[in-house]
Amino acid sequence: MRMLDRVARKPWIWSWVAAFVVWFATIMVTGGASTLDLSQAALTFAAFSIIVGIGQMFVITLGPGNVDLSVPSTMTLAGTVALKLMDVDNAMILAGLGVAVLIGIGVGILNYALIKALRIPPIIATLSMSFIVQSAAIWTNRGLRIKPPNFLADFTIANTLGIPNVAIIALVISVIAWFLLERTIYGRWISAIGQSMPAAKMAGIPVDGTRFVTYVFCAVLASLAGYLLACFSGGAALNMGTEYLLMSIAVVVLGGTAVAGGDSNVPGIWGASLFMFLVVSMLNTYGLGAGIRLIMTGLIIISVIMLAGGRQPGVR
Amino acid sequence: MTGEKLKAIVEVADAKVCFGAVKALDGVTLAILPGECLGLVGHNGAGKSTIVSVINGGLTPHQGNISGDGEVLTRYGINSARARGVRCVFQELSLCPNLTVVENTRMMHRHLGGFGWRKRAKEVIERSLDAVFPGHGIASDRSVGELSITERQMVEIATAFSHAGVAPRLVILDEPTSSLDASLAEQMLTYVRRFIAAGGSVIFISHILNEILTTASRIVVMKDGRIVADRPAGDWTERGLVEAMGSVVKGEAHRRAVRDLAAAPVVVEQGGSGMPFRARRGELVGFAGLAGHGQTRMLMKLHAAQSSDWLPRRDPAVTFVAGDRHLNGVFELWSILKNLSIGSLGDLATRGMINAAAEAERGAEWKRRIDIRTQDLANRILSLSGGNQQKVLFARALSTRAPVVLMDDPMRGVDVGTKQEVYEIVRQQALGGRTFVWYSTEMEEVCLCDRVYVFREGAIVAELAGDAVSEENILAASFRGAAA
Repeated sequence: MRMLDRVARKPWIWSWVAAFVVWFATIMVTGGASTLDLSQAALTFAAFSIIVGIGQMFVITLGPGNVDLSVPSTMTLAGTVALKLMDVDNAMILAGLGVAVLIGIGVGILNYALIKALRIPPIIATLSMSFIVQSAAIWTNRGLRIKPPNFLADFTIANTLGIPNVAIIALVISVIAWFLLERTIYGRWISAIGQSMPAAKMAGIPVDGTRFVTYVFCAVLASLAGYLLACFSGGAALNMGTEYLLMSIAVVVLGGTAVAGGDSNVPGIWGASLFMFLVVSMLNTYGLGAGIRLIMTGLIIISVIMLAGGRQPGVR
Repeated sequence: MTGEKLKAIVEVADAKVCFGAVKALDGVTLAILPGECLGLVGHNGAGKSTIVSVINGGLTPHQGNISGDGEVLTRYGINSARARGVRCVFQELSLCPNLTVVENTRMMHRHLGGFGWRKRAKEVIERSLDAVFPGHGIASDRSVGELSITERQMVEIATAFSHAGVAPRLVILDEPTSSLDASLAEQMLTYVRRFIAAGGSVIFISHILNEILTTASRIVVMKDGRIVADRPAGDWTERGLVEAMGSVVKGEAHRRAVRDLAAAPVVVEQGGSGMPFRARRGELVGFAGLAGHGQTRMLMKLHAAQSSDWLPRRDPAVTFVAGDRHLNGVFELWSILKNLSIGSLGDLATRGMINAAAEAERGAEWKRRIDIRTQDLANRILSLSGGNQQKVLFARALSTRAPVVLMDDPMRGVDVGTKQEVYEIVRQQALGGRTFVWYSTEMEEVCLCDRVYVFREGAIVAELAGDAVSEENILAASFRGAAA
């Protein structure tokens, strides 16, 4: 009983419960026929939200007002430029990955430069950055749809031991993120800054350096997700990042990370990302119209947040 | 009261106010009669602001009662105070910067509402500005944010004396001249005298003793939440006031021996508008003066000059103990241990990875050394009492390797026992070669220091060393015009 009580206090538990309930409700309708398919699809699609969401979570942890809205355009630009560079050539895979990461670093640097040098609030700075980055993507892509190298295309849709490869990548990134947050000085610093910037400054934390690294980290994860998504979906499209703008923020909030900053958690991102995919597929399975589906999605998200909102924050 | 009985505009009888363990007012009885200017003086924390808040209705005393015009007022608040003509000018300017002077006037006078209020408010404020500060040159349609601090203060004073519906009968002026130059201050004081002569009353708080002596008709000295002297202004001298504000005899038992540190190397230096600041190795340097006269800003400046916002430093040069815990001290979501170790994570980690065992050990060591009262360091920081939270902040700073410790009035709300423990640690560490820069609003603490800088109006105005560090000298330097 005490064990149960302790688990119920974890902020991430609600997104997991919600994901499981929805998963169960869906396979009950299909009579368990496509359980494995559904689970694999959920893991695959959730993997992209997880990668983007973790970056967003680091930024949101920095405190009120910190959010990166340039995530979708960064994904698009990284995807298009990388695919163009690789040009269906298997030998160029690592070069493509390198370019994607460099794009992420560049966007991150520019984001923080805008925030710091021009003293623009992050929400405005990253939004205006996203227009510039999106334009750059349109300019390089010119509406062409370039195919990914065969090896990458196969790799991103394949499974290892029944688990989608992209989900394994997301897991590795999650473990690294968890380690950064819980075990390193850097993790302590971003949590401290998120709780109180003046206090962090007076405690001797290099506040600007830490925030800068965090914005770069977020952009790099976004471009990595863009790279994988472009390969997975058989080519980069200009609108491929769009849905990840709200998705990346939604999974952070649903996952139990404090919107006011200072408190983050990685497992919640998994539960929330799986939940977001499963809700849509459940409503699809029920054969509901598009309008009803959106309304239901909204209502379900609100109720999960309300449920999770009643919790007592645990000791950190 | 003797002679014919004038009825007091406001009378406070035996008022007591406590903030936690601190007695802000300890049984104060004060009556303000029509046609008198009451000067109110006292050092930081003497209770001046608290009694003012009680009189203007902002604070209900926990004990005692308030009466006005001979009748006891049971429900006394800001609105009923205003309805009786009690007005207040605060040190912290209370105008809305985004509104114009006229709009601010409207906010103060509820009777100005209705059609055409702009015209009426304009008349009211301009009449008052012209009366108090002839030739002021302030256009009443400008927004307050555009005005200089002096002009804002002028508007604030004029608003308090303005007449719309309810005439001002008692105006409280809390350090009104701090941002006025000499000629404007003289204009205002002249107006105050006229106002008094016409039967109005004023409570006048100022750290410029000259003003008080020449303007007030009666002077009340407060100390530790009590009134210690109440005499007509003619009976006072500057010296007498300074003496009455200080404690008569203070135990000098635990006073430190005078140490000669002239040979020790200088570790921090900082120029400024006043005298330069300098601290030597192993020295206890005190910052004194009235609260809010630039001491905290100086500490922030020292901290900013010695630390980087971009790159972590391998060897921290300074560390900071916050006095305002909620603003720049504790991390509220964290455990006690994390709050303690955040300052010295560099020593507890290898290649950026925190060594949990070393962290726990460091925590346990300091829990014992300064006796943080908790079952478990994994408890949340907010589960501790204020004094124990402050101890955690001390431990955070003292456990670093930084050679200089900056302390921003860290003993606010800390009980006596804890204070003694911390004094002892500070003294030992200073002997070990650490430098402490200590801003305190408490005389007793300032007197523990080897050398003291006294601040006034944002600058260092006096430096006291060795035996010259005394309450009397500090008070004399804090109050302008009392240096003689």
